[in-house]
Amino acid sequence: MVDVLDRPDVAEEHPHEEHHGPTGILKWMTSTDHKVIGLSYTVTSVIMFVIGGAFAELIRAQLATPNGTLVSLAQYNELFTMHGSLMIYLFAGPFAFGGLANILVPIQIGAPDMAFPRLNALSYWLYLFGSLTMLSGFFTAGGAANFGWVAYAPLSNSLNTPGSGADLWIGGLLLTGFSAIFTGVNLCATIFYLRAPGMTMFRMPIFTWNMLVTAILILLAFPVLTAGLIMLYCDRHFGTHIFSVAGGGVPVLWQHIFWFWGHPEVYILALPFFGMVTEIIAVFSRKPVFGYKGMIFATLTIGALSLGVWAHHMYTTGVVLLPFFAIMSLLIAVPTGIKMFNWIGTMWRGEVWFSTAMLMAIGFLITFLIGGITGIFLASPPLDFFTHDTYFVVAHFHSIVMALVLAAFGGLYYWGPKITGYMLNEFVGKIQFWLLFIGTQVFTIPLYYLGLDGMPRRVAVYPHNPSWQNLNDLSTVGAVMIGLSTVAFLVNIVVSWKKYPCGDNPWDAHTLEWFTTSPPPHHNFYRLPQIRSERPTWDYNHPGHTAAAHSHHTEAPAEEVVTT
Amino acid sequence: MRVEAKILLGLGLFFGLMCAVYWRWSIEDAGGVMMFAGMLLCFLPGGYYYWWSRRMKARPEDDPQATQAQGAGIVGAFPGTSIWPLTLGAGCFFMVLALVFGIWLVVPGIGLVFWALIGGTAEGRRGGKV
Repeated sequence: MVDVLDRPDVAEEHPHEEHHGPTGILKWMTSTDHKVIGLSYTVTSVIMFVIGGAFAELIRAQLATPNGTLVSLAQYNELFTMHGSLMIYLFAGPFAFGGLANILVPIQIGAPDMAFPRLNALSYWLYLFGSLTMLSGFFTAGGAANFGWVAYAPLSNSLNTPGSGADLWIGGLLLTGFSAIFTGVNLCATIFYLRAPGMTMFRMPIFTWNMLVTAILILLAFPVLTAGLIMLYCDRHFGTHIFSVAGGGVPVLWQHIFWFWGHPEVYILALPFFGMVTEIIAVFSRKPVFGYKGMIFATLTIGALSLGVWAHHMYTTGVVLLPFFAIMSLLIAVPTGIKMFNWIGTMWRGEVWFSTAMLMAIGFLITFLIGGITGIFLASPPLDFFTHDTYFVVAHFHSIVMALVLAAFGGLYYWGPKITGYMLNEFVGKIQFWLLFIGTQVFTIPLYYLGLDGMPRRVAVYPHNPSWQNLNDLSTVGAVMIGLSTVAFLVNIVVSWKKYPCGDNPWDAHTLEWFTTSPPPHHNFYRLPQIRSERPTWDYNHPGHTAAAHSHHTEAPAEEVVTT
Repeated sequence: MRVEAKILLGLGLFFGLMCAVYWRWSIEDAGGVMMFAGMLLCFLPGGYYYWWSRRMKARPEDDPQATQAQGAGIVGAFPGTSIWPLTLGAGCFFMVLALVFGIWLVVPGIGLVFWALIGGTAEGRRGGKV
């Protein structure tokens, strides 16, 4: 059944047409509605986060004592490989560009759906089947992939890593890679072709802008990974020698290919969460985004630079152009610093409302700052040579990704009401925030010290050294707190299940998704406001303040602060 | 259209510059080739948008003063529900499993893929404009 859609009228109610589609499991299997697909993506990726988190708890439990015997050495290799793979490939990316972006981007620009709804559904199925393929390695005789989430050659060839777990890892990544590429195409086409009248590019919400740059980066980076994986499979099974010295190949080529995908991937993971945080901070500071255009150019600059920094993961190979990659990597600090400045500028003299979503966003800022600054250390080759493959690197990128996790939960608290029609409990939310935020710091900061003291990463046992054990124990305590915070989130879903109806616009927010009902109807809008700034919903709800153009310093009058 | 074109052309230009510097300076070719391909990938759609942006009037979504009424009319045709993406995805799943568990799995894989392609095309035709 195909619906031919007309544009909804301005501020004039259409008769509410009921959409008659299948329900229950059939709805999940057949829907091409971007909101249903996005929710499937979100739920699936949160399940992957819980599984990957369980692996992390096992890893930390193993490291709580120097000669831990919880898991065998081989199992430990599988655990850290699959922990990384799940969190990077199956949680952080799909949660952002498959889950929240899928739900929000069409609504934020006033579109009825994604440009290619059936391709969108195919993306989800490829992602789900890819995830199952990768995880099914645990049920094979040799266990799951165990060469680290980066699968460096020659460790990943068929001699050093025989068995089907590694092949299932490659196959799963092929499927999820195509899923990401299709989502990238879909997001670009939707943003370029389905905007509502008046929604010019420089009126799009920052989240949508960030998703556009993310989508372009996906299209630039993921085909490279897919090509690399096919080469790796050929090396393993068809006798080619692309990555093996024995046949005239170059092992470091794998690292070049992997990181040419892998570093843009870092921004593919980060940019959506930057977007979420920008929206949250602006709404809960009761101000427009400070430096709207600066924010966009910073995002574009990060996107542009991200293609020229890949080999900062490979300094110690000794065959990369150190000055080039050091310059490019250090330059990334500039646009990221602009963003940090603008986030603080948005809060500056605003009426800050410390809801759970806002706390998560502030937690993101602090944690991301720690991770970002240690990233600048690592961009400098002399320091990187000293800390490469130690826990310092592990601590750095866990600060970054835990910041993204904070932002992800902020996004769920902020947009969850729009998606479901119901609020989450704020009290439990704040318990979750403090567990997650403090847990993250307790978890990562000891790892920085361990790294500087020389503890290598990816080891299941370490020498008897009281200070190392104390630091590892502290880190394990942090990991347990993070685990408890996830439990708090699940508890929150249960205790607030359909309890607090939220109405259309509970936060007095700015962007178009808050103009429609919660949850939005089948094709998103019964009516649309005139779009005259980057805050159409706020303009409509506050007719006296429509002149507020972007980047002007406007303060919301006190009587308009909504408190609940 | 103009902003979209400028973004892609600008990114492509930057990748081109970076590629030139890197290729001259470095001792390996993989990165240069990948950056060059990245440049082409930006120039292709960017050039297309630029070509069109000079030959068409601003669309309502590019006009800052556009009213919702200007966008009246058909936005497009959107399928309500479809089983074919799942079928196609399952076909791809079997084909990937064939890489691991045996080539015979390609048979159900290709079968499902073709079934989905035919079903999806027929569904589009039945529904009218797609």
